[in-house]
Amino acid sequence: MNVTQQIVNAIWLGGVYSLFALGYALVFSVLGVLNLAHSAVFMWGAFIGLTVVTRFSLPIWLAIPVAMLGAGIIGIILDLVAFAPLRRRNAPRISQLISSIGAAILLVNIAQFAFGTQPQRFPSGTIPNQALEGLPFRITPIQVIILIISLVLMALLQYLVMRTRIGQAMRAVAFNQRVAGLLGINSGGIFQLTFFLAGALAGAAGVLYGLAYNSMTPFMGDGVALKGLTVIVLGGLGNIQGAVVGGFLVAALEVFSIAAGSSNYRDAIVFTLLFLILLFRPQGLVGQKIETRA
Amino acid sequence: MELLRSIGISEPVLQFMLINAILGLSIYLTLFTGMFSLANAGFMAIGTYTGVILTQQFGLPLWGGLIGGMLLAGLIALPIGLPVLRLRDIYLAIATIGFGEIVRILILNFDPLVSSIVGQPIKMTYGALGISGIPQLTQTWHLVVFLIIISYCIARLHRSRFGRAMAAIRQDEQAAANMGINVVYVKNMVFILSAVLAAAAGVLKAHFARTIDPGDYGFSQAVDILAFAVLGGTTTFVGPIVGGFVLTAMPEILRDFKQYRGIINGVILLLVIVYLPGGLVNPAGWARLWQRLRGKSSFKPVEAETG
Repeated sequence: MNVTQQIVNAIWLGGVYSLFALGYALVFSVLGVLNLAHSAVFMWGAFIGLTVVTRFSLPIWLAIPVAMLGAGIIGIILDLVAFAPLRRRNAPRISQLISSIGAAILLVNIAQFAFGTQPQRFPSGTIPNQALEGLPFRITPIQVIILIISLVLMALLQYLVMRTRIGQAMRAVAFNQRVAGLLGINSGGIFQLTFFLAGALAGAAGVLYGLAYNSMTPFMGDGVALKGLTVIVLGGLGNIQGAVVGGFLVAALEVFSIAAGSSNYRDAIVFTLLFLILLFRPQGLVGQKIETRA
Repeated sequence: MELLRSIGISEPVLQFMLINAILGLSIYLTLFTGMFSLANAGFMAIGTYTGVILTQQFGLPLWGGLIGGMLLAGLIALPIGLPVLRLRDIYLAIATIGFGEIVRILILNFDPLVSSIVGQPIKMTYGALGISGIPQLTQTWHLVVFLIIISYCIARLHRSRFGRAMAAIRQDEQAAANMGINVVYVKNMVFILSAVLAAAAGVLKAHFARTIDPGDYGFSQAVDILAFAVLGGTTTFVGPIVGGFVLTAMPEILRDFKQYRGIINGVILLLVIVYLPGGLVNPAGWARLWQRLRGKSSFKPVEAETG
């Protein structure tokens, strides 16, 4: 087993997982709900990026911002349709989980209708996947680009949440919606912004995932959805930095279990970890204080 | 039967409707006790594979497979439930999703795994191919009788001391514990009952559908089972039965719109959870919706939602 190569693989895959899981974590930290339609938005992001390249024959670097914008708008619609009515009624968190499942079913089925169920690819030649030379391990330019974009987006998000007034407002709403409202923060707007950001991150992750494996179906979100759950549980539900760490950990676990020859069990290993973390460390691996005790 | 056939419900569809009603009831038990568990598809898989292997490879009659499947699912539910049921709402949901996936992957890799332990090649679950050519043993009347018996038992359960304890735990676990209810015992018993019921539905289903594979018992099956109960409502046990019937029959009745089937299912689930939080079988919910549509505000205090 070439350890360096596996570490390299784990790092760029971890970037995509972290990016995806950040959206989950963001929504959970601000609204306290689990958005199971996040993976459907991820898939839509990938298809929007693909459409930009194939239908409108725009350059591939434009696919990412357009997909982020499109997926962000889907995120806002998702909030308006599936979450806002329940929030107004003060429905239990579980109801919102179920409505997000309904939204996910809807989004996946509309995608089947719009894009068909056959795997689709970016046109050949658009992705730079000739391995870079002169390195002790194999890595393609696209993998480097994926990692760089993931890291830049994570840094931007971190900056937005921790250093700007909007981020301050988001954290205030996350801490206590009522008090934030009394202080003049428009919590409805913050919720929509949160869904926009989560959707945009999912969209970016979708395009990057699509570029990495170059095969997109309406069901591509399914596998990632459950892995993303593991990532945020590992990082502590709603913990944004934790989600980044968790993403790289899950990717490493997956890559190394494949390299160790147990590719059949790689998902079982990931889910067993999920199970054990929930039982023994519900606050996540990096969490210190117990917020919502399970 | 003629009437049903005229609106597009043939006998196989009726069988699926009955099975899905039983599955809806299995998750109803846990939801009614305030536990949001998505493990039913996993227990259904365990029960089904056990039952099918018993009838097909060991030549047992249907009831033998049924009892075997139910027994194993119940036995596995006990060690799973004890630690997992300490978790609440979203945490319980995630843990049980994880359990379902682990079961599916283990069944997928069961043959090579057991072969390597025993030391000789063993073919039992046939991996991703699944098992086909399962003997056709389930008759429609079996399902009808089974559903009636289960409904009767659940109706009786609600009137019993145990049933009252279930309702109390859903309302407030802490208060229930203070009243002297053994919360851990009740929750685990309900979890086991739910698992056993899901297993029974799975065994019965396999013996008329005649093929099974691990993909049938993934996350989407878990969500489908949940949808039956949520659509029908979990205020009474009639809800999940109606939910199972409606969601299964709908695509057949609306056969002309088959390609929109998934879209329709998603829309229905969203509409019900947003506008009819108590599900279809819930007069109070319909009344509230009616009032809202007429633009009148209700004077009644908003009741605590369940499920």
